[in-house]
Amino acid sequence: MVEMVSRPYAGAFEKYAVANPEVLCLSADLTSSCEVDGFRDRHPDQFISLGMAEQNMMSFAGGLGLAGFRPFLHTFGVFLYRRPYDQLMASVAYPRRKVRLMGFLPGITTPGGMTHQAIEDISVMRSIPNMTILETGDATEVESICEAADSIDGPVYCRVLRGSVPRLFDTPIKVGEMRELAHGADVLIVTAGITTEEALRARAALEASGVSVRHLHLHTIKPFNAQALLDHIASVRHGVVTLENHVTEGGIGSLVAETMADAGVGKRLIRLGLKDTYAHGGSKPYLMRFYGLDALALTRGVESLIGQPLGISEDDLDAARVDAVHSLVKAEAL
Amino acid sequence: MLNSKTTDAVALGIRRRVFEHSIRNNGGYMSQACSAAEQIAWLYNEELKLGQPTLPMIPKPFGGVPSASNPDYHTGAGYNGPAAPQFDRLFIAPAHYALVAYAALIEVGRMAPEGLDMFNKDGSSVEMIGAEHSPGMEVHNGTLGIGLSTAAGLAWGRKRRGEPGRVWVFMSDGEVQEGQTWEAVQAAAYHGIDNLYAIMDVNAQQCDGAMSSVMEVGDIRAKLELFGARAIDIDGHDLDAMRQAVAEPHDGRPLIILAHTSPFRGMSFLERRFPRLHYVRFKSEQERVEMNTEIARELGVEPVAYGEH
Repeated sequence: MVEMVSRPYAGAFEKYAVANPEVLCLSADLTSSCEVDGFRDRHPDQFISLGMAEQNMMSFAGGLGLAGFRPFLHTFGVFLYRRPYDQLMASVAYPRRKVRLMGFLPGITTPGGMTHQAIEDISVMRSIPNMTILETGDATEVESICEAADSIDGPVYCRVLRGSVPRLFDTPIKVGEMRELAHGADVLIVTAGITTEEALRARAALEASGVSVRHLHLHTIKPFNAQALLDHIASVRHGVVTLENHVTEGGIGSLVAETMADAGVGKRLIRLGLKDTYAHGGSKPYLMRFYGLDALALTRGVESLIGQPLGISEDDLDAARVDAVHSLVKAEAL
Repeated sequence: MLNSKTTDAVALGIRRRVFEHSIRNNGGYMSQACSAAEQIAWLYNEELKLGQPTLPMIPKPFGGVPSASNPDYHTGAGYNGPAAPQFDRLFIAPAHYALVAYAALIEVGRMAPEGLDMFNKDGSSVEMIGAEHSPGMEVHNGTLGIGLSTAAGLAWGRKRRGEPGRVWVFMSDGEVQEGQTWEAVQAAAYHGIDNLYAIMDVNAQQCDGAMSSVMEVGDIRAKLELFGARAIDIDGHDLDAMRQAVAEPHDGRPLIILAHTSPFRGMSFLERRFPRLHYVRFKSEQERVEMNTEIARELGVEPVAYGEH
């Protein structure tokens, strides 16, 4: 079975920050919730508590960037762009400050309901000039997110997983690339974050039903290697299914759609995710089932794409083992 | 830089330049010059420790916004000199005062008078609402309330690095209506950021008119003190009061000087336009002629020969 890693961010951030004294740890009263409480206690000189005041934190971070520091902002994703959006634009994004926005609890990974669920963050961030967007989908990506984010010459927004996180990959994030997890010829499945694990669960059942799956995992959402995606789309017969922990407007489904439209690709695209709706508070498995973000929803999407029922049941998916995936990633530059 | 003028003369020069520019261009931010001339003159002419300008006296045209594909991009901060450890930094938090700030740069010899002719012209870097790339600007402050937070972050970083230079913010009283201002003050106080200084133009005016008719803010000094800053009320047209206020001990706290001012100071005619003073546009050619005559007389200059435009 898949290995589960406990609090991978905590150790990874501490290791990275200690080795890089220009890195500062900023928090807005969610220090333990973002797994940096140990860092705060052990390295108080590198930690700045800014309280429940995200607008000030964002502009303050811009000032720190001006002074040559590289602040890592720790809070829930929603609080990095909804309340301080004006400050994000003027103090961080426009001047290309090296501010690292570590957004925890992406999408429906929190039972906190609408106020805590960052369901449109990718859409917002994609439309901000100068912004880079990274998303973690497993423990290895969480462990490598600090170094990846800090390699960006400008601001970067990261969707970070916390708590108990599965290990799916054995290589770190390489910014600008994408992971090719299967290279079948019928259907291209594109996932990111927690939906990649769902696709891994669905894949075995799909293959058993005779569908040859090509599967891409995106950790770098902006900038994006459009040509690499187009090459993959050209390699499949039917078309593309995207599954995202986000609304289907402006996220990776839109990213794929725009890429296809720009290139005049005439294949079908099915975008799965939150369909023009808010979510509510509940457990992750419940929300993924209720809103159609899980492996079962993905198989239904594939059925719709290929135009035939596959007869895959919940039992087939539960039985599917998720193995550690060895990366087949191609060396694709930005 | 060596002062070749008195600060009083710089303040008068700021009012004259803003007046002449506004008459020529059929309007402008005249009231801001009335209230803030002494504060900006005092900062540039005596209080700020700044190096020689690093950018050309005649501003370059707009050179594009910051992006990975614009490697030659730079801000307008070079008009204040280099960002060296020993020098002070200045943010004009209400970027609507840009015309006043540009006039000050000319008066203290940091920008050529031709710079003001480029004000608000298409393709110019001398923008109406001061941008990051505008002369004397280092960050975007056109959205009000973000300046003090940015300065607090920079000041924290400079203190951490042991730099002697201070971080100064020119603020406006309207900004205290923004919640972020109070977030910034509490953070600066909590973190002991005492290399942070501000002077606030308390002219009691905002875009809609008198602040008392838009949103009452009460006793700003008392509120700032309760939030942890050291705050001092002064007459904002009294240079000696500024000189005394800045010497006030404020260990572990930012120092904020509240400069109470008149929005008509030096241009009494503007009182007739109260309470709409934010941007003065002439209501008629007759008013323009009257203002040209009366304000020129008060400022001791000839009326502007502005021709047909």
